[in-house]
Amino acid sequence: MVENRPWVTFFSHAVLILGVAAVAFPLWVTFVASTLSLKEIMQVPMPLWPGNQLLENYGQVLSGGTTTGSKAAVSHMLVNSLVMALVIPLGKMAISVISAFAIVYFRFPGRMFFFWMIFITLMLPVEVRIIPTLQVITDLKLNNTYAGLTIPLIASATATFLFRQFFMTIPDELAEAARVDGASPMRFFIDVLLPLSKTTMAALFVIQFIYGWNQYLWPLLVATDESMYTTVIGIKRMIVGSDAANEWNLIMATAILAMLPPALVVMLMQKWFVKGLVETEK
Amino acid sequence: MAAVSLRDVRKSYTPELQVIHGVNMEIRDGEFIVILGPSGCGKSTLLRMVAGLETITAGEIAIGDRVVNNLEPKDRDIAMVFQNYALYPHMSVYDNMAYGLRIRGFSKEKIDERVNRAAEILELKKFLERKPRALSGGQRQRVAMGRAIVREPKVFLFDEPLSNLDAKLRVQMRGELQSLHRRLGTTSLFVTHDQVEAMTLAQRMIVMNAGRAEQIGAPLEVYAKPATTFVAGFIGSPPMNLIPKDGKLLGVRPEHLEPCGASEAMLTIDVDLIEPLGADIIVYGHIGDKDSVRVAARLPADAQAQAGKLALRYAPRNMHWFDAASGKRID
Repeated sequence: MVENRPWVTFFSHAVLILGVAAVAFPLWVTFVASTLSLKEIMQVPMPLWPGNQLLENYGQVLSGGTTTGSKAAVSHMLVNSLVMALVIPLGKMAISVISAFAIVYFRFPGRMFFFWMIFITLMLPVEVRIIPTLQVITDLKLNNTYAGLTIPLIASATATFLFRQFFMTIPDELAEAARVDGASPMRFFIDVLLPLSKTTMAALFVIQFIYGWNQYLWPLLVATDESMYTTVIGIKRMIVGSDAANEWNLIMATAILAMLPPALVVMLMQKWFVKGLVETEK
Repeated sequence: MAAVSLRDVRKSYTPELQVIHGVNMEIRDGEFIVILGPSGCGKSTLLRMVAGLETITAGEIAIGDRVVNNLEPKDRDIAMVFQNYALYPHMSVYDNMAYGLRIRGFSKEKIDERVNRAAEILELKKFLERKPRALSGGQRQRVAMGRAIVREPKVFLFDEPLSNLDAKLRVQMRGELQSLHRRLGTTSLFVTHDQVEAMTLAQRMIVMNAGRAEQIGAPLEVYAKPATTFVAGFIGSPPMNLIPKDGKLLGVRPEHLEPCGASEAMLTIDVDLIEPLGADIIVYGHIGDKDSVRVAARLPADAQAQAGKLALRYAPRNMHWFDAASGKRID
């Protein structure tokens, strides 16, 4: 809209700035806290300008966690989180894209049955089936392994459904043209469908990376050993006892470290992400 | 190149739902055949059965001397051009044309040679590196054609390839298709609902209605001697007038009616619609009261057309008779 009404412009900008401040201020406080010494944090009011402990705090958490709470090194947690946040989206995509291919392009007995089975699992998120799932993982002795952390979260109806919807928008003639050209179904899948799904995959990767990175409840149950802590769990384990007993500067440094990778992924893949959600290349 | 035989070809989806009711035709090597009919008549289904994209319920289709009923499309040695072109959107024009050859394991040099030759014929040289979305409709059409040409198949199958183009481009592509066929001489089957395309392109045509081949013949032959009232009413613009007379149907083409004095009138119509087209004038009117048959007549451009009674006559040699019940031609 092209309008020349200064008050409306002023008002809308004011609202936007207020919104940005509301979101950004806690982040700023977290960052500032991560650069202060414990004593400075305990002052009332807390300083709102960064201190000089940045390198010390980050160095401490990356190598040795906190001194009063968990002593697990955050660097190792970051690796665990990264493994989880990469294996989950990649595994999900690999499984979903193939099952969606089967459901859309092949007529096999029980096709609709399997589709609905997959669809129904949408109603059963991890939290609902967490106890039986944990039982299975424990029986398989997968506690405190990467497999135990990731496999139960990989099966995904959402991604299968997303790919199915995308495949259904691809004109049938494309598959027929490939057939006439002599491409086998797998050739068609690899040469035509996968390249066309690139943007959808990128969008899915971003969403699922964040989903994997932010997992809390499941790693809390499966990763009981310090060496398997993810960053999000690490933060929880650093908080012990009363407010004063916690080294908030170190916890805040860990929080900043936990926030960075998802932010980076979103920033770097933003273009692809938006493309995948709004545009279909056909 | 090869001849194609359709022997009592039938298609049904369920026992009750039969869509092709036994089509017979021998297509000679190098012939350009147009399958013409209204939408839903089964013409595309018939073509897709030749391509191998639809199964054949009964009967036989042979390409060359090989029955292809149970062969996959890729083994039938055919190439198809689709209505919406079906180009691979993520591949360049070059790759679109080369894809089929790559799968068949042609050498790089051979692929390069064939693609370049096809691009030359179709004037696509400049666009080889482009993606389909950066091309106009006519250019995409040409790429789809190129994809078929490079394969050097025995038979070309065209499924309404011109219907997505605008009128001017359609006329141009029609001409190009004709010269392409003259040049390559490949047996071609071309499906369309547009009778002008059929008349201009076909060496022979099949007029289809509700899954049956109503008539098979050269365009002018079909025009001059329609085998059924359906063909009479489908070919020609406006189509043949069908007037009930003596328990039969009398067919006269609008262009064979000429105005005359009231005393010589073989037909008098009450004109209520006049369409001047420049080259000629088409007038429409009832032969009796409002519920009676409507007749169209094509008059010369200089005729004085006006609403009201118009006396018309026709030469006896331009009369066609059809059986009122079966719609079949009576000679």
